[in-house]
Amino acid sequence: MIKIEKLHKSYPIGKSSLHVLKGIDLHIKEGEFVSIMGSSGSGKSTLLNIVGLLDGHDEGNYYLNGQLIRDLNEKKAAILRNKFLGFVFQSFNLISYKTALENVSLPLYYKGVNRKERLKIAMDYLDKVGLKDWANHLPNELSGGQKQRVAIARALVTNPKVVLADEPTGALDSTTTDSVMDLLKDINNEGMTVFVITHEEEVASQTKRIVRLKDGVITSDELTKAAKAV
Amino acid sequence: MFDLDRWREIFQSIGKNKLRTFLGAFTVALGIFIFTVLFGMGNGLKNTFEEFFSDDATNTIIVRSGRTTKAYKGFKEGRQIQFENEDIELLEKELGNSIEYISARIYKGVQAKFRQESGSYTVRAVHPEHQFLEKTMVDEGKFINANDVKNKNRIVVIGRLVEQDLFGKVTSLGKFIELNGIAYRVVGVFSDSGGDNEERLIYAPVSTIQLIYKNTTDIDQINLSFNKALGVNGAKKMVRDIKKILKEKYFIAREDRSAIRVRSVFDDYQQNMQFASMLQFIVLWIGIGTLFAGAISIGNIMVFVVKERTRELGIRKALGATPSSIIGLILQESIMITALAGYFGLLIAIFALEKMGNGLKDYFITNPAVNTSTIVWATILLIFVGAIAGFIPARRAARIKPVVAMRED
Repeated sequence: MIKIEKLHKSYPIGKSSLHVLKGIDLHIKEGEFVSIMGSSGSGKSTLLNIVGLLDGHDEGNYYLNGQLIRDLNEKKAAILRNKFLGFVFQSFNLISYKTALENVSLPLYYKGVNRKERLKIAMDYLDKVGLKDWANHLPNELSGGQKQRVAIARALVTNPKVVLADEPTGALDSTTTDSVMDLLKDINNEGMTVFVITHEEEVASQTKRIVRLKDGVITSDELTKAAKAV
Repeated sequence: MFDLDRWREIFQSIGKNKLRTFLGAFTVALGIFIFTVLFGMGNGLKNTFEEFFSDDATNTIIVRSGRTTKAYKGFKEGRQIQFENEDIELLEKELGNSIEYISARIYKGVQAKFRQESGSYTVRAVHPEHQFLEKTMVDEGKFINANDVKNKNRIVVIGRLVEQDLFGKVTSLGKFIELNGIAYRVVGVFSDSGGDNEERLIYAPVSTIQLIYKNTTDIDQINLSFNKALGVNGAKKMVRDIKKILKEKYFIAREDRSAIRVRSVFDDYQQNMQFASMLQFIVLWIGIGTLFAGAISIGNIMVFVVKERTRELGIRKALGATPSSIIGLILQESIMITALAGYFGLLIAIFALEKMGNGLKDYFITNPAVNTSTIVWATILLIFVGAIAGFIPARRAARIKPVVAMRED
């Protein structure tokens, strides 16, 4: 599903440049539940942005669903994101003036689905995350956990190949963290590839595979107890 | 453009951000309002000029005589030239169809009396066609006709103010008025847009005055108008021809400038209309300047809007919005606000001009208004301005990297 070979990425800082990713090799198959662990500055967010087609890479190869990603223009990247990827962010990134239902249906708008169909599908996914009764509420009327569940519904609504979650529990307390992680586990159990970035051991241990990143290189890559249990 | 979902998105964004929409719309409405009002006033200025000169027909030519300044063909210099009736016949014969109307004028200062009321007035003795040259409006009765001239009838047509001064509330029509002791029958009352002085005149047939005063065929001046089909150059040639014909008849040197003087209202008219057009042009540019200020300010607001929505646009891009759909969204919103607000400003301005009416006549502004083509152009300009104002921020918005955008707060 995701295949990365010798990936390098640097950011220019003034006249010099900061080498963030120093040759990453990673292969994630369909249906995996992977977490990337690392402290801040380890390059994990950069990796997610590249995998999520939100940023380009300098060297190496990246295959998404078998397709080599190279020199994408903005339009192609947008179409690929819409087709293959679903995003969940730490700060939820819901549009503040749209209701939960409208937020969830937005990716379908960019996919070209008609309004009636869109709202029907969005409602199904809201139901799936247990927020059907909150469909017509604005984000600021929802709790943090509810917002993240709306965001997860939004990530799933286009039926993507991979769900990318950047610190999905970073802004949540421990109880809601568990409920969000349970939701992600459920999704994975239904066959969805889930890719989580976190710095919390608690969260990582609930996934099936942990990749540890330090200073731009992978230091370990192992399956968890959860995976072995299955 | 007719994507219903896109409109829904725009109306939602406008509805949720009323203040910034209002500010943008207000600026544009104000810009268009000022532009339209100034343009309308420019038109009003032009109308004033037009009215000044429309008192007399704009194609009028006035021929006067004076003293010769050069000796010629045995005649000494300093000879007074006196026009006669036959000069009119001569000009009619020579110029034919080029002449629209022609009339002689004789001036006589008179003491006019009706019963106890009396006063000093000027009699203008003319031919029937004079009515059209001076745009005299006959309110009651009739103007001098060909029969009156032929029969040397002792009749007069008096100005509105003459009737008011001498007759008061009594109707003057059919009554006899004494001019220097000789009685004339009043056959008509006229008014004239040229002002009070014009309406204190008394018209009489040219032949009647010639008979009563010394029985000559002398006339003081010749008024005529050229056929408008001649155009500017034809009119100028006609002025030269008139001078040539009369100079030949009275043995005047070709270079003599004061013996025959021809003045054409047309020249003055053209000059003054050019002046008015220039004023209007200046006013127009002030208006366009204001409009551009409005455009710049809506551009400014759109830049701010895009900045404010950076995060939202970043989210949309992460969810699969293409750059062109982002540009379309911003552009369409900008054009819609500009067009609607601009149209609102336009309507208010037209209403204001309507209300103004002739209230500013003392400031040389008559009937300020804008015509349909101006309104159509202003609308096109508005859409154009909206597109320009929206495009630069929209392009900037489309280039936003979702990662960077979503980091912003």
